[in-house]
Parts: sequence; C-alpha cells; structure tokens
Amino acid sequence: MIIADHLVLTRQGRPILDKVSLRLVPGRFTVVIGPNGAGKSTLLKLISGDIKPDSGHILYGDEDISRLKPRQLAERRAVLPQSTSLSFPFTALEVVRMGAIAAGSLKPCEDARTALARVGLAALEARAYQALSGGEQQRVQFARVLAQLPTPVNEAGPRALFLDEPTSSLDLTHQISVLEIAREFAAAGGMVMAVLHDLNLAAEFADSLLILKGGRAIAEGPPQTIIRDDIITSVYGLSGTVGRIPQTTPFVLPQSRHPAPASAI
Amino acid sequence: MSIAIDIAQQPARGDRSQQGALALALLSALLVAACLISLTSGPTGVGLRDLVSYLAGSLLSGHQTLSKQDLIVLEAVRLPRTLLGLLVGAGLGLSGAMMQGLFRNPLADPGIVGVTSGASLAAVAAIVLGPTLLLPLQTALGAQFLPLMAFAGALINTGLLYRIATRGGQTSTVALVLSGISIGALTMAATGLLIFLADDRALRDITFWSLGSLGGATYGKALSIAPFILAALALLPFLARGLDALVLGDAAAFHMGIPVERLKRISVLVVAGACGASVAVAGSIAFVGIIVPHLLRLAIGPSHRFLLPGAALGGASLLLLADSIARTVAAPAELPIGIITALIGAPVFLLLLLGRGGRGLID
Repeated sequence: MIIADHLVLTRQGRPILDKVSLRLVPGRFTVVIGPNGAGKSTLLKLISGDIKPDSGHILYGDEDISRLKPRQLAERRAVLPQSTSLSFPFTALEVVRMGAIAAGSLKPCEDARTALARVGLAALEARAYQALSGGEQQRVQFARVLAQLPTPVNEAGPRALFLDEPTSSLDLTHQISVLEIAREFAAAGGMVMAVLHDLNLAAEFADSLLILKGGRAIAEGPPQTIIRDDIITSVYGLSGTVGRIPQTTPFVLPQSRHPAPASAI
Repeated sequence: MSIAIDIAQQPARGDRSQQGALALALLSALLVAACLISLTSGPTGVGLRDLVSYLAGSLLSGHQTLSKQDLIVLEAVRLPRTLLGLLVGAGLGLSGAMMQGLFRNPLADPGIVGVTSGASLAAVAAIVLGPTLLLPLQTALGAQFLPLMAFAGALINTGLLYRIATRGGQTSTVALVLSGISIGALTMAATGLLIFLADDRALRDITFWSLGSLGGATYGKALSIAPFILAALALLPFLARGLDALVLGDAAAFHMGIPVERLKRISVLVVAGACGASVAVAGSIAFVGIIVPHLLRLAIGPSHRFLLPGAALGGASLLLLADSIARTVAAPAELPIGIITALIGAPVFLLLLLGRGGRGLID
C-alpha cells in the first residue's frame, strides 16, 4: 500500500496542492480526475517521488519515500509520463530495453520484445522512436514501463504503476487496451494510479476515483457514487450531463452551456 | 523465397548490440594500424617494414634489427608522441561523446560551447602566472600543474554552462550554443588580457602551446595526463546506462532508478578531466569530439555502452592519423595538428548537416 497524507505544495505563493491525501491499495485501480490546473499531475509527481512536498508525507509500505534510493524506488514503481521526446535516434526496442535493464533483467532484449508485443508493437521494434507517431511513441513508453515492472508483485510486495494521461494521444482501441493492461496489473495484485481526462473511461475503469479542483480533493470514492450531476456541476460547471447505463455505470455527455440557435440545426 | 527466410531469420533487428560490438572490434584494429603508422611516419629512418621486423625480431628471437640511431628515434621521439596522441585523441573523442549525452544535444562539443577555452584560459594563466602569483601551487603540483589547472578551467566552464543552459532538466540547443559562445568570449577576453600582461618568456611558451601540436611530446607529458584519461575510461562502464536513460529526460531516468544528480556531477568531472588534460598538453584541437561520436551514432546508434568506448578509440585513431599527416606533409616542418583535424572535420560536418544526418543534428 502507498499512503499519501496531507500533501501540501506551494509554488510562488500559490497553493498547487492543499492537504490532499490518497491511498493506493493493491488490487485497486485509482483514477484522478479534475479540470486543467487542478493539480492532478503534480499529485502524481509527488507520490511517484519526482518532487518533494512542502509538508505531508508519503509511505511506500512502511517506509518513508525520502528514505528510498532511486534504484529502490524504481523496483517498486514505474511512471508513464505524458509525452517523451528523444534527442538521439534510439529504436523502439532500445527504448523499451532501458526499462528491462532498470528491472535488472538478465535477458533485457527478450523481455523488451515481450513488453512491445503486449502493447501490439512487436513489428515496429526496429523503427527509430522519433519516426513513430505520437500514439505509437506513447505505447512504446508504456511498454518500457511494463518492462520495468514485469510482475505486479515481487518479493518486496505489490508494485505501483503511475500513468499520467496514458490515453491522451491514443485512438479508441488503444485507449481501451492500455487501460485494460493497467486493470490486469491491478487485478494481479499491483497498484495503479492514473490521471485521466475522459470521465467515461474513468467511470469504466476506476475502482476508486479522486476528484481534484484547484489543488483540493473535492470527492473520493467509487465512480457510481462520485460521478453525480451535482459534483460534476460543481467541478466542471456543466450541468445535466450525467446519465446511467446500464443502471450502474454512469456516463457523461458533455453539452454546451448555451443551446445552439435553431437556425444552426 | 530465400530472401524472405533471410529476413525472417535475421535476429535482433531493433537491437544494435552486434553492430556495436563489431564497430568496437573494427575501431580497435584501426587504432592498432594508426599506432603503427604514427610510429613509422616522419622525415627520418624507421619505416613500417623496419618496425615490423624489429618487433618480430625482438619478440621471437631477441635479435636486434634496428640501428642504434633508429632505436633512439623510435623510443625517445616517436613512442612518446604516439602515446600522447593516443591519450589526447581518446580524451577528445570521449569528452565530446559524453558531453553530448549529458546535454542531450549532438552539438555539445567542448570546443564549440566554450569548455576548451576555459581550459585554455587556465593553461595560459598557469604559464603566465606560474613563476609569480601561482608559484606555490606550481611547486606543489610539479608536472601536474598545467593539466590540473586546465582541468579546473574546463570544470568551471562546464559547470557554468550547465547552470545557465539547462532549465528544469532540459537543455535547449539555442540556450546551449548562445551561452557557450558567451562564456567562450568572456574566457577568451580574459585569456587576451593575460597575454597582454605576459612577458617575453611567457609569450613564447603560450605561442608554442597554443599551436595545438603533439610536437615536443615526452614521456613526462604523457604521464602527466594519463591519470585523467585513464580515470575517465575506467568510469565509462558505470555511466553508459545512466546516460542512455538520460536521453529520455531527467524525470524518466530517475523513474528508472538512475541517481540523476550524481550521474551529472560525475559526467561533468569526466568531461572536464578528459578535455582539460588534452588541452593542457596539445592546445585546442577542433572537431574530433563532434565528428567521431556523430559518425558512430549513424553507424551503431546512440547507445552509450558502445558509443563512449567507440568515441575514445575513434578519437585516438583520428588524432594519430592527423598527426602523421601533420608531420609528413610539409616535412621537415610540421603543420599544427588542429589545422588537419579542422580540414578533415569541418567538411565532414557540413556534409552531415546537408545530408541525412542533418535533421537529427539540428532538431
């Protein structure tokens, strides 16, 4: 279990995060949603160890994150960034292999191929990363992350997958397949924390939702109880958007606040 | 049919380790050849055949086939020069490749971004102020005085450059080149000031030093820079993986377990050490640090596991060959070696910019 407790981060006098707490529980897919500038990515950066909070603490199991060395941290969690550009022409396989090497793999090339196959890019292993499309690059990075955590649980305990807007440049099919792989990771005993913008994907995949706005936690819980008209209205300023099919899974249909004039129809 | 099978059976297409290993083997062979050429080119005596029969003779039968005079030429003049060229060339290639990895930028050559001029300033300061202001330091350090000063100068400029050109873990090419040029200009101005203040003896020494030559090589000079280059070479295996990860950015490297700050500090030390040591004994020699790594990246990819040792081997070979040309083409006079490397390097560099390699170089 990873516990983040009362995290506070202030930059240039402006609070980015204000006393936000979150628990990542093994077996659970946790999704953070909220409008732009809510502090979602910052929360992910704090919990994955990129930046230190001004106050509050983060525990990996029973160890404080500040006591873990980069190498130890890398054995317990992997992070998929929003986008990554390379300055040198590595092939897709060489990028993924870095994850396998970080995992201490004895046959990093083989493991990298396995990870590339999981994201459906086995055929592109020899392509220069820079020559791939944005979506393909993101899947290569996802394969690198998977290669770094080949099993959701190891002898040190459950491991965590951090995904920062993993679907942002993917087509529908791959949005679903990336999130499905993450769900499998959680189902096998790992921890998953993802930042998503698409509320419908969040409703579909999250076991637990955290809604942030202006650096504060607005609501937390399973999507069925969190994605409600009143909450969506208060967070996004759009009302009457939430529907439910079938019965339990809520869906959100964003509509303009101002109905289109009749002549436009 | 057979072609299809060949393609299907071709192992490891996205993995270029085999090309890397092959390139290292070829470069090692090239370096041996370059050493032999370097040992046997010059206005007098010993040619390649003499050297080979001498080596074979002394190894197999203990039989001497060289005259006493030739032996002196070989052992007192050419061997130290070859050793010095080996060390300097390896240092130049290595510091170029490593600096490009550190800044994530294929244009980051110590000569272009002002690291070399930092080393030059410190070396000129050592020559001008050595007998007066810095006398205690000079006496204390002995033969290491000049290389250590150049190392310190390179270190200060590299550190300064990194501070200025890198924001939030990202180095932009524009910021890198502009701040490098500014730091270089500032350093050159200070060097000019020192030369202005120098007396006749110091002026002569500076001129001699700044021509960028391996002439006047001695075992002492080679010995004085050997620790810097050898230490840099010894650190390579520990830095390669981290520099690879760094290509994905500071954050991603940290996510993969790399202690990023420590990696960068050590890399800066290695760059400054290898570049400073080379400048201290050979003046500033352009283009080796940018051409060799770039050609290697085109051939075997950017993986530092092969790129760093390859750049050291290739840099040493290129410098030895350039030096052989420098001392034969206008014999018995010698061209400054910097002219040869620039004559070879600059056109290659421009061709690369025009051709296929250019895009990756500028983006």
